[in-house]
Amino acid sequence: MEMEKITKIVVLAKQVPDTRNVGKDAMTPEGTVNRAALAAIFNPEDLNALEMALQMKDRIEGATVHILTMGPQRAADIIREAMFRGADGGYLLSGREFAGSDTLATSYALSCALRKICPDIIVAGRQAIDGDTAQVGPQVAEKLGLPQITYAEQLVAIDDKQITVKRRLERGTEVVVSSLPAVITVNSSAGECRPRNAKRIMKFKYALASSELAAATPEAQKFVAERPYLQIVEFAAADVDPDPSQLGLAGSPTKVKKIENVVFQAKEAKCYTAADADIESLMVELISSHTLG
Amino acid sequence: MNNVFVYIEIEEQTIADVSLELLTKGRELATTLGVKLEAVVAGKNVKQLAPELAAYGADTVWVADDEIFAPFRTLPHTAVMVGLIEQQKPQIVLFGATPVGRDFAPRVSSALHSGLTADCTELVIGDHKDAKTGKEYTDLLYQIRPAFGGNIIATIVNPDHRPQMATVREGVMRKEPQATPAAGEVREIDWRPMVKDTDLAVRIVERHIEERKIDIKGASIIVAGGYGLGSKENFRLVHELADVLGAEVGASRAAVDAGFTEHERQIGQTGVTVRPKLYIACGISGQIQHTAGMDGSAMIVSINTDPAAPINKIADYAITGDVNEVIPKMIKYYKQNSK
Repeated sequence: MEMEKITKIVVLAKQVPDTRNVGKDAMTPEGTVNRAALAAIFNPEDLNALEMALQMKDRIEGATVHILTMGPQRAADIIREAMFRGADGGYLLSGREFAGSDTLATSYALSCALRKICPDIIVAGRQAIDGDTAQVGPQVAEKLGLPQITYAEQLVAIDDKQITVKRRLERGTEVVVSSLPAVITVNSSAGECRPRNAKRIMKFKYALASSELAAATPEAQKFVAERPYLQIVEFAAADVDPDPSQLGLAGSPTKVKKIENVVFQAKEAKCYTAADADIESLMVELISSHTLG
Repeated sequence: MNNVFVYIEIEEQTIADVSLELLTKGRELATTLGVKLEAVVAGKNVKQLAPELAAYGADTVWVADDEIFAPFRTLPHTAVMVGLIEQQKPQIVLFGATPVGRDFAPRVSSALHSGLTADCTELVIGDHKDAKTGKEYTDLLYQIRPAFGGNIIATIVNPDHRPQMATVREGVMRKEPQATPAAGEVREIDWRPMVKDTDLAVRIVERHIEERKIDIKGASIIVAGGYGLGSKENFRLVHELADVLGAEVGASRAAVDAGFTEHERQIGQTGVTVRPKLYIACGISGQIQHTAGMDGSAMIVSINTDPAAPINKIADYAITGDVNEVIPKMIKYYKQNSK
């Protein structure tokens, strides 16, 4: 008997500190950002990616959408969030081995997990707001030897063999066709993610990753054990068979030599006149604080 | 060997500004290191660009000339860059942080297993000592970039892997031809063995190039003009300052209503909401209708003849003076003091 093929769509997502909304509470007395005080959110463009993945699912009979995220245990929050909005489930890749990863080590770890999952389509946000590098999507594609389509704005067509996507260029757009499997990265100019669905919240609010489950009450454990759709798969490093030398800080070619905090001015205007000396000192200050140039 | 490479990006048969900016910076780095500067260009009919690249300091111009390289597609360009880098072993490779550079440079870095620092704002040669091992390195590329939504500035190095790779945004570095052009010796890349059939997996079926459109939402610096500029002619000053700073031009509703500029540039309740890194308000009084669309800016500079203008309540820097006098001075002193 021939099994009907299920198209597996995986969305790469990241839980990030909300660097766009650095409020007063998140500032130290020295005027630098207290990163721990920033809210942890679903990386915005990963939500655009989730929406595009769900549109693919809508067009392919029996397709599934799962989230793959690398992060600490609390990153399971974004998997649940995605389930409330339409995802079928998710994978949490978690472990101390991954700490200090640069984009290359991150891409390597994700590619190891993806080899276990064997998706037909991988969708990711263009970039995460905590680093803004836009590197992980293309690097994952390279590690898996897959073609990539970046800056996707609109899904034009999809079947089980190929995908057609409209993508944004610096000036304009182009429509490209790629064979599958492939990696698609999605721009913020693509469709906004559909909202949470009340029925799905009721259904999935008790979904737990294995390590969360281990810490839960016996009743909760029993409840989840009886309902496989509430089980978020958790991979430790050893579960994805990596080359340990390519993980974490040791596996990262780039090293941070120095970090300078940008000091924010209090909101009390410094006053200047139109005199040459005043304008020059303002421009010098803006340049030296990296606000300009 | 171990030279500095710059990937040359082609936009509609011309060299992208960012590539010339990178050549200018690359020339400086190569001279500091005592090595050559080499440009790499892949496209159709690109050999003719060699003299211009030489004028900006390229000692060598590597060329892959074929239809499969134009328009840009990720996989063929990646294959050529990876193949050439493996063959020539440059110590530094620079790409524009454009949609093209940010698309394929990460893929090149992954294939070569070497680090890539995105969106650098400064590149400097310097020494490095590993804090843990105590190992010392000389003449590394310091890759300096903002991170964490612009809240920190990080200096990144690549001590043990080569090449050291970085992308740089357009407009961040200066573009300047050399006093005497470099040799610009054209060398053909033997690309056929580098590009596989699978590198043609993505096909472009339709392409639509638009006129450069106004993108005030995505701009990190905005220079906005208000009614205080007085006329459409004076509003041109706002454009001049924006051009120099690599900024986008915005406007208040009063300036748009007075016909000084297009409606697409209107910022405020009835226009676009922006939160750039720097907002320079020129001749804008700061009615709530306007400030509602820009008070999330990380830094605000206001220029107004009235020291009591409401805009000064939310400004970090308030210049009291006439925009027609102040803007030319800002341009002058920015040019004098920037790198």
